[in-house]
Amino acid sequence: MRHDPILQVVARLLIPFILLFALYVQFHGDFGPGGGFQAGVIFAAGIVLHGLISGLDAAKKILPERLVESMMAIGVLLYAGVGFAGIVLGGAYLDYFVLDPNPIHGQHRGIFWVEVGVAVTVCGVMLKIFYMFAGRGDVDQDD
Amino acid sequence: MNLWLDQLLLLVPMAMMLVVVGLIITGRNLFGVVVLTSVYSFLMATVLFVLDAVDVAMTEAAVGAGISTVLLLGALRLCGWNDSKPMYRPWGKLIVSGALAALLMVGMVGLPEFSDPAAAIHQHVAPRYLIESSKEIDVPNVVTAVLASYRGYDTLGETTVVFTAGAGVIALLRRRRQERIKHEISEKHDAT
Repeated sequence: MRHDPILQVVARLLIPFILLFALYVQFHGDFGPGGGFQAGVIFAAGIVLHGLISGLDAAKKILPERLVESMMAIGVLLYAGVGFAGIVLGGAYLDYFVLDPNPIHGQHRGIFWVEVGVAVTVCGVMLKIFYMFAGRGDVDQDD
Repeated sequence: MNLWLDQLLLLVPMAMMLVVVGLIITGRNLFGVVVLTSVYSFLMATVLFVLDAVDVAMTEAAVGAGISTVLLLGALRLCGWNDSKPMYRPWGKLIVSGALAALLMVGMVGLPEFSDPAAAIHQHVAPRYLIESSKEIDVPNVVTAVLASYRGYDTLGETTVVFTAGAGVIALLRRRRQERIKHEISEKHDAT
Protein backbone atom coordinates (compact mmCIF):
# COMPACT_ATOMS: atom_id res chain seq x y z
CA MET A 1 0.00 0.00 0.00
CA ARG A 2 2.89 2.33 0.76
CA HIS A 3 4.29 2.11 -2.74
CA ASP A 4 1.10 2.57 -4.76
CA PRO A 5 1.20 6.14 -6.17
CA ILE A 6 -2.59 6.30 -6.72
CA LEU A 7 -3.33 5.43 -3.09
CA GLN A 8 -0.60 7.81 -1.91
CA VAL A 9 -1.97 10.79 -3.82
CA VAL A 10 -5.65 10.12 -3.07
CA ALA A 11 -5.01 9.52 0.63
CA ARG A 12 -2.88 12.64 1.00
CA LEU A 13 -5.66 14.64 -0.65
CA LEU A 14 -8.28 13.13 1.66
CA ILE A 15 -6.49 13.35 5.01
CA PRO A 16 -6.84 17.15 5.51
CA PHE A 17 -10.54 16.93 4.74
CA ILE A 18 -11.01 14.01 7.15
CA LEU A 19 -9.34 15.97 9.94
CA LEU A 20 -11.35 19.10 9.09
CA PHE A 21 -14.56 17.06 9.04
CA ALA A 22 -13.70 15.72 12.50
CA LEU A 23 -13.40 19.29 13.79
CA TYR A 24 -16.70 20.18 12.10
CA VAL A 25 -18.43 17.20 13.73
CA GLN A 26 -16.95 18.26 17.07
CA PHE A 27 -17.90 21.92 17.05
CA HIS A 28 -21.14 21.61 15.10
CA GLY A 29 -22.39 18.82 17.39
CA ASP A 30 -24.74 21.23 19.17
CA PHE A 31 -26.60 21.93 15.94
CA GLY A 32 -26.27 18.86 13.75
CA PRO A 33 -25.50 15.20 14.21
CA GLY A 34 -22.22 14.35 15.85
CA GLY A 35 -20.31 15.08 19.01
CA GLY A 36 -17.20 14.19 20.91
CA PHE A 37 -17.15 10.44 20.28
CA GLN A 38 -17.68 10.68 16.53
CA ALA A 39 -15.20 13.54 16.19
CA GLY A 40 -12.53 11.66 18.14
CA VAL A 41 -12.95 8.52 16.06
CA ILE A 42 -12.93 10.39 12.74
CA PHE A 43 -9.81 12.35 13.73
CA ALA A 44 -8.10 9.11 14.78
CA ALA A 45 -9.15 7.50 11.48
CA GLY A 46 -7.45 10.34 9.59
CA ILE A 47 -4.19 9.77 11.47
CA VAL A 48 -4.54 5.99 11.00
CA LEU A 49 -4.87 6.52 7.23
CA HIS A 50 -1.71 8.63 7.31
CA GLY A 51 -0.01 5.81 9.21
CA LEU A 52 -1.09 3.26 6.60
CA ILE A 53 0.11 5.40 3.69
CA SER A 54 3.35 6.87 5.01
CA GLY A 55 4.29 4.33 7.66
CA LEU A 56 3.75 4.09 11.39
CA ASP A 57 6.69 6.36 12.17
CA ALA A 58 5.20 9.20 10.11
CA ALA A 59 1.98 8.98 12.12
CA LYS A 60 3.95 8.90 15.38
CA LYS A 61 5.77 12.07 14.26
CA ILE A 62 2.46 13.97 14.13
CA LEU A 63 1.04 12.54 17.36
CA PRO A 64 3.86 10.95 19.39
CA GLU A 65 3.07 7.91 21.49
CA ARG A 66 3.58 9.76 24.78
CA LEU A 67 1.14 12.49 23.71
CA VAL A 68 -1.44 9.89 22.66
CA GLU A 69 -1.12 8.14 26.03
CA SER A 70 -1.54 11.44 27.87
CA MET A 71 -4.57 12.30 25.71
CA MET A 72 -6.30 9.15 26.99
CA ALA A 73 -6.11 10.41 30.58
CA ILE A 74 -6.44 14.16 29.86
CA GLY A 75 -9.87 13.71 28.29
CA VAL A 76 -11.34 11.83 31.27
CA LEU A 77 -9.71 14.31 33.69
CA LEU A 78 -11.17 17.22 31.70
CA TYR A 79 -14.63 15.68 31.87
CA ALA A 80 -14.33 14.96 35.60
CA GLY A 81 -12.82 18.45 36.10
CA VAL A 82 -15.94 20.08 34.61
CA GLY A 83 -17.87 18.17 37.28
CA PHE A 84 -15.64 19.50 40.06
CA ALA A 85 -15.88 23.04 38.63
CA GLY A 86 -19.61 22.73 39.23
CA ILE A 87 -18.99 21.88 42.89
CA VAL A 88 -16.47 24.72 43.33
CA LEU A 89 -18.95 27.24 41.88
CA GLY A 90 -21.60 26.16 44.33
CA GLY A 91 -23.61 23.54 42.45
CA ALA A 92 -23.74 19.77 42.33
CA TYR A 93 -21.24 17.51 40.52
CA LEU A 94 -21.60 17.99 36.73
CA ASP A 95 -24.04 20.86 37.30
CA TYR A 96 -23.51 23.16 34.30
CA PHE A 97 -26.02 25.82 35.32
CA VAL A 98 -23.53 27.42 37.75
CA LEU A 99 -20.65 27.61 35.24
CA ASP A 100 -21.81 31.03 33.99
CA PRO A 101 -23.99 33.80 35.48
CA ASN A 102 -26.41 33.07 32.63
CA PRO A 103 -27.55 29.45 33.24
CA ILE A 104 -28.06 28.71 29.53
CA HIS A 105 -24.55 29.93 28.72
CA GLY A 106 -23.36 27.75 31.60
CA GLN A 107 -24.99 24.74 29.95
CA HIS A 108 -23.31 25.58 26.63
CA ARG A 109 -19.93 25.96 28.36
CA GLY A 110 -20.32 22.67 30.24
CA ILE A 111 -21.38 20.74 27.14
CA PHE A 112 -18.51 22.21 25.12
CA TRP A 113 -15.78 21.14 27.55
CA VAL A 114 -17.35 17.77 28.25
CA GLU A 115 -17.47 17.04 24.50
CA VAL A 116 -13.83 18.11 24.15
CA GLY A 117 -12.95 15.67 26.93
CA VAL A 118 -14.79 12.79 25.22
CA ALA A 119 -13.13 13.56 21.87
CA VAL A 120 -9.61 13.72 23.34
CA THR A 121 -9.97 10.42 25.22
CA VAL A 122 -11.59 8.55 22.32
CA CYS A 123 -9.00 9.83 19.83
CA GLY A 124 -6.17 8.90 22.21
CA VAL A 125 -7.46 5.39 22.90
CA MET A 126 -8.14 4.61 19.21
CA LEU A 127 -4.66 5.79 18.17
CA LYS A 128 -2.94 4.02 21.08
CA ILE A 129 -4.62 0.72 20.16
CA PHE A 130 -3.64 1.25 16.51
CA TYR A 131 -0.01 2.04 17.44
CA MET A 132 0.20 -1.06 19.66
CA PHE A 133 -1.37 -3.38 17.09
CA ALA A 134 0.61 -2.02 14.16
CA GLY A 135 3.83 -1.95 16.16
CA ARG A 136 3.63 -5.60 17.20
CA GLY A 137 4.47 -6.91 13.74
CA ASP A 138 7.63 -4.80 13.64
CA VAL A 139 8.78 -6.25 16.97
CA ASP A 140 8.31 -9.72 15.52
CA GLN A 141 10.27 -8.84 12.41
CA ASP A 142 13.16 -7.64 14.53
CA ASP A 143 13.43 -11.05 16.22
CA MET B 1 -43.55 8.18 -2.65
CA ASN B 2 -40.88 9.24 -0.20
CA LEU B 3 -41.92 6.53 2.26
CA TRP B 4 -41.70 3.96 -0.53
CA LEU B 5 -38.17 5.12 -1.37
CA ASP B 6 -37.23 4.88 2.31
CA GLN B 7 -38.48 1.30 2.45
CA LEU B 8 -36.43 0.45 -0.64
CA LEU B 9 -33.33 2.12 0.80
CA LEU B 10 -33.84 0.09 3.95
CA LEU B 11 -34.57 -3.30 2.39
CA VAL B 12 -31.84 -3.30 -0.29
CA PRO B 13 -28.91 -2.82 2.13
CA MET B 14 -30.44 -5.32 4.55
CA ALA B 15 -30.73 -7.95 1.81
CA MET B 16 -27.13 -7.21 0.82
CA MET B 17 -26.12 -7.61 4.48
CA LEU B 18 -27.62 -11.11 4.52
CA VAL B 19 -25.56 -12.04 1.45
CA VAL B 20 -22.41 -10.57 3.02
CA VAL B 21 -22.98 -12.52 6.26
CA GLY B 22 -23.32 -15.74 4.22
CA LEU B 23 -20.04 -15.00 2.45
CA ILE B 24 -18.32 -14.20 5.77
CA ILE B 25 -19.45 -17.52 7.28
CA THR B 26 -18.35 -19.63 4.32
CA GLY B 27 -15.19 -17.67 3.44
CA ARG B 28 -11.83 -19.28 4.17
CA ASN B 29 -9.64 -16.43 2.91
CA LEU B 30 -9.41 -14.24 6.00
CA PHE B 31 -8.33 -11.14 4.04
CA GLY B 32 -11.56 -11.36 2.05
CA VAL B 33 -13.54 -11.93 5.24
CA VAL B 34 -12.09 -8.78 6.86
CA VAL B 35 -12.96 -6.71 3.78
CA LEU B 36 -16.48 -8.18 3.86
CA THR B 37 -16.95 -7.21 7.52
CA SER B 38 -16.00 -3.68 6.46
CA VAL B 39 -18.61 -3.84 3.67
CA TYR B 40 -21.14 -5.10 6.26
CA SER B 41 -20.42 -2.09 8.47
CA PHE B 42 -20.93 0.34 5.59
CA LEU B 43 -24.27 -1.30 4.76
CA MET B 44 -25.23 -1.09 8.44
CA ALA B 45 -24.27 2.59 8.43
CA THR B 46 -26.57 3.08 5.40
CA VAL B 47 -29.45 1.41 7.22
CA LEU B 48 -28.89 3.56 10.32
CA PHE B 49 -28.72 6.66 8.11
CA VAL B 50 -32.08 5.81 6.53
CA LEU B 51 -33.49 5.33 10.05
CA ASP B 52 -32.40 8.95 10.81
CA ALA B 53 -29.77 7.85 13.35
CA VAL B 54 -26.97 9.81 11.69
CA ASP B 55 -24.81 9.89 14.84
CA VAL B 56 -24.82 6.11 15.09
CA ALA B 57 -24.27 5.78 11.33
CA MET B 58 -21.18 8.00 11.59
CA THR B 59 -19.81 5.92 14.45
CA GLU B 60 -20.51 2.65 12.63
CA ALA B 61 -18.75 3.86 9.48
CA ALA B 62 -15.71 5.21 11.34
CA VAL B 63 -15.27 2.45 13.95
CA GLY B 64 -16.81 -0.60 12.27
CA ALA B 65 -15.68 -0.04 8.70
CA GLY B 66 -12.59 2.04 9.39
CA ILE B 67 -10.56 1.45 12.52
CA SER B 68 -11.60 -2.12 13.38
CA THR B 69 -10.87 -3.20 9.79
CA VAL B 70 -7.36 -1.77 10.12
CA LEU B 71 -6.89 -3.55 13.46
CA LEU B 72 -8.13 -6.86 12.02
CA LEU B 73 -5.74 -6.48 9.06
CA GLY B 74 -2.94 -5.83 11.54
CA ALA B 75 -3.89 -9.04 13.35
CA LEU B 76 -3.93 -10.95 10.05
CA ARG B 77 -0.39 -9.84 9.33
CA LEU B 78 0.61 -11.71 12.49
CA CYS B 79 -1.45 -14.88 12.05
CA GLY B 80 -1.65 -15.48 8.29
CA TRP B 81 -4.40 -15.09 5.71
CA ASN B 82 -5.89 -18.55 5.40
CA ASP B 83 -8.25 -20.23 7.80
CA SER B 84 -8.06 -24.01 8.15
CA LYS B 85 -11.23 -26.03 7.75
CA PRO B 86 -13.13 -26.50 11.02
CA MET B 87 -12.31 -29.74 12.82
CA TYR B 88 -15.94 -30.42 13.80
CA ARG B 89 -19.43 -29.90 12.47
CA PRO B 90 -21.15 -27.09 14.37
CA TRP B 91 -24.69 -28.58 14.26
CA GLY B 92 -25.32 -28.31 18.03
CA LYS B 93 -24.32 -24.65 18.18
CA LEU B 94 -26.26 -23.94 14.98
CA ILE B 95 -29.44 -25.37 16.54
CA VAL B 96 -28.99 -23.34 19.75
CA SER B 97 -28.36 -20.10 17.80
CA GLY B 98 -31.30 -20.83 15.50
CA ALA B 99 -33.58 -21.41 18.48
CA LEU B 100 -32.42 -18.15 20.08
CA ALA B 101 -33.00 -16.24 16.83
CA ALA B 102 -36.50 -17.75 16.58
CA LEU B 103 -37.25 -16.74 20.19
CA LEU B 104 -36.08 -13.16 19.50
CA MET B 105 -38.25 -12.99 16.39
CA VAL B 106 -41.28 -14.16 18.40
CA GLY B 107 -40.46 -11.44 20.94
CA MET B 108 -40.20 -8.83 18.16
CA VAL B 109 -43.84 -9.43 17.22
CA GLY B 110 -44.84 -7.97 20.59
CA LEU B 111 -42.77 -4.78 20.12
CA PRO B 112 -44.54 -1.52 19.20
CA GLU B 113 -44.37 -0.32 15.59
CA PHE B 114 -41.12 1.48 14.59
CA SER B 115 -41.29 5.21 15.48
CA ASP B 116 -44.72 4.78 17.06
CA PRO B 117 -45.19 7.90 19.25
CA ALA B 118 -47.43 5.95 21.65
CA ALA B 119 -44.70 3.39 22.43
CA ALA B 120 -43.78 3.06 26.12
CA ILE B 121 -40.22 4.35 25.60
CA HIS B 122 -41.52 7.65 24.17
CA GLN B 123 -43.84 8.23 27.16
CA HIS B 124 -41.29 8.34 29.99
CA VAL B 125 -38.80 11.28 29.93
CA ALA B 126 -38.57 11.82 26.16
CA PRO B 127 -41.40 14.41 25.97
CA ARG B 128 -39.82 16.41 28.81
CA TYR B 129 -36.42 16.41 27.05
CA LEU B 130 -37.97 17.45 23.74
CA ILE B 131 -40.12 20.23 25.18
CA GLU B 132 -37.94 21.59 27.99
CA SER B 133 -34.44 21.29 26.52
CA SER B 134 -34.95 24.28 24.22
CA LYS B 135 -35.70 26.43 27.31
CA GLU B 136 -33.24 24.82 29.75
CA ILE B 137 -30.24 24.12 27.55
CA ASP B 138 -31.02 25.78 24.21
CA VAL B 139 -29.04 23.34 22.09
CA PRO B 140 -30.82 22.56 18.80
CA ASN B 141 -29.53 18.97 18.71
CA VAL B 142 -31.48 17.28 21.50
CA VAL B 143 -29.24 14.19 21.26
CA THR B 144 -26.28 16.31 22.36
CA ALA B 145 -28.32 17.89 25.15
CA VAL B 146 -29.36 14.48 26.48
CA LEU B 147 -25.90 12.90 26.15
CA ALA B 148 -23.80 15.70 27.58
CA SER B 149 -26.16 17.36 30.04
CA TYR B 150 -29.21 15.34 31.14
CA ARG B 151 -27.22 12.11 31.04
CA GLY B 152 -23.85 13.64 31.89
CA TYR B 153 -23.05 10.96 34.47
CA ASP B 154 -23.67 8.16 31.95
CA THR B 155 -21.40 9.79 29.39
CA LEU B 156 -18.68 10.27 32.03
CA GLY B 157 -19.00 6.54 32.74
CA GLU B 158 -18.78 5.71 29.02
CA THR B 159 -15.68 7.87 28.59
CA THR B 160 -14.12 6.06 31.55
CA VAL B 161 -14.96 2.72 29.91
CA VAL B 162 -13.17 3.83 26.71
CA PHE B 163 -10.18 4.93 28.79
CA THR B 164 -10.17 1.59 30.64
CA ALA B 165 -10.24 -0.31 27.34
CA GLY B 166 -7.18 1.61 26.15
CA ALA B 167 -5.41 1.08 29.48
CA GLY B 168 -6.20 -2.65 29.24
CA VAL B 169 -4.67 -2.92 25.77
CA ILE B 170 -1.55 -1.11 26.98
CA ALA B 171 -1.30 -3.40 30.02
CA LEU B 172 -1.64 -6.56 27.90
CA LEU B 173 0.59 -5.73 24.94
CA ARG B 174 3.33 -3.78 26.65
CA ARG B 175 4.02 -6.46 29.25
CA ARG B 176 4.36 -9.01 26.48
CA ARG B 177 6.98 -6.89 24.74
CA GLN B 178 8.97 -6.54 27.96
CA GLU B 179 8.72 -10.28 28.62
CA ARG B 180 10.07 -10.97 25.15
CA ILE B 181 13.06 -8.71 25.78
CA LYS B 182 13.63 -10.39 29.16
CA HIS B 183 13.31 -13.77 27.45
CA GLU B 184 15.91 -12.78 24.85
CA ILE B 185 18.28 -11.52 27.52
CA SER B 186 17.99 -14.76 29.50
CA GLU B 187 18.52 -16.78 26.29
CA LYS B 188 21.68 -14.84 25.52
CA HIS B 189 22.77 -15.34 29.10
CA ASP B 190 22.22 -19.10 28.77
CA ALA B 191 24.17 -19.19 25.50
CA THR B 192 27.20 -17.56 27.09
